[in-house]
Amino acid sequence: MSTLPEQGEFYSRDRRWHPAAVSQDYKTSVTRAPQYPLISLENTASEITGPVFGHNDIAATDNDLLTNFAQPGESPIGERIIVHGRVLDENARPVPNTLVEIWQANASGRYRHKKDTYLGALDPNFGGCGRTLTDEHGCYHFRTVKPGAYPWRNRVNDWRPAHIHVSVFGTGFAQRLITQHYFEGDPLIARCPIVNTIPDPAAVEMLIARLDMNATIPLDTMAYRFDIVLRGRRSTLFENRLEGN
Amino acid sequence: MPQLPHYLKETPSQTAGPYVHIGLAPGAAGFEIYDQELGRDIAGPNAKGERVRVEGMVTDGTGSPVKDVLLEVWQANADGIYAHPEHAGAVEDGFRGWGRVITDFGTGNWEFDTVKPGPVMGRNGHIMAPHINLLIVARGINTGLNTRIYFDDEAQANAADPVLSLIEWEHRRQTLIARRSERDGTVAYRFDICLQGDGETVFFDI
Repeated sequence: MSTLPEQGEFYSRDRRWHPAAVSQDYKTSVTRAPQYPLISLENTASEITGPVFGHNDIAATDNDLLTNFAQPGESPIGERIIVHGRVLDENARPVPNTLVEIWQANASGRYRHKKDTYLGALDPNFGGCGRTLTDEHGCYHFRTVKPGAYPWRNRVNDWRPAHIHVSVFGTGFAQRLITQHYFEGDPLIARCPIVNTIPDPAAVEMLIARLDMNATIPLDTMAYRFDIVLRGRRSTLFENRLEGN
Repeated sequence: MPQLPHYLKETPSQTAGPYVHIGLAPGAAGFEIYDQELGRDIAGPNAKGERVRVEGMVTDGTGSPVKDVLLEVWQANADGIYAHPEHAGAVEDGFRGWGRVITDFGTGNWEFDTVKPGPVMGRNGHIMAPHINLLIVARGINTGLNTRIYFDDEAQANAADPVLSLIEWEHRRQTLIARRSERDGTVAYRFDICLQGDGETVFFDI
């Protein structure tokens, strides 16, 4: 099967599969969700094109959160994990050479951010962000520590399940995706108001990274698998369809 | 092309949360970790065209500034060409057309420097007026919002723009028009974004 990307418009986004814009239980969304419907826009060059990244943009070690902020010879506290997977499109084709960026709390549930004042300790050896380019098969991997759950000001006793934020570009501005992945078996997932902005349980399942014993490093590092699916494209040629006379 | 057995579903979106800066602009979050932070220079030093500053604020449904937003910019160069292999034409060396902007944590103001883009060929040969594409993510925004910045000194091009024209409510088109001013020799366009309310900005399902 060819792995060349399609050249046409992106499939329209299934807005019922994505989170609702507003949810009373996720309180911040109440004042930040648009009230008017989105205006549907057929793809133009503005949506089909998007930023292109290369190896000059990042360093080879940017995907190793165990070392990219640690003092020499030291390591972050926490369960050492590999997170890996593939970036595919809705046609099940790999998306190669695309930028994947992650950010997360440390093992105590604290972010290295000036606005995070949680009681959990900052880890001097953990920055909490990483980035990489997918390879020719759409594969990516990071080394990091498993993030801790943490409380947040929403309802009085809300706790975020352990999660890693993920940002992926794809090939066009319309394909841009920012999401979060959770960890298999976490009882906080079902209680989370942010997770529950997604109406379909099958969609939530797509956000749960699976324990992957085959990718572990014995006596060293656990592994979780998280595959990412970006929007697919029609096969119509761009030049023929969108810019035709 | 062989018939594909099935489609996959897109991975659902989740909010970028209040700490998006750690991942996408860590320098702004208060720590340097990468050799280079991406998205700081949109046009590069060699870009043709008029150098402009674009500035604004994002407000929520209560009229309060949103102070934890991250904006991503995507634009064509002065010739209307995007720096992408699927768009025919060359851009200047160093022109990326993409950038990241965060709001000031204290005031909610944001700004970026770039060149004014040229008109871009749209669908079916209809020229689109100069515009900058924006993606807006923040805590409380579950799926990133897409909008466009147009320019108020392009009235004729805006009137013929096929995207502005498809917005049925003419007064809402105004929410996409940035207002030009000049001060101290700098051209600045003001573009405020309202997430909710009477002046709610038009957002697109692209």
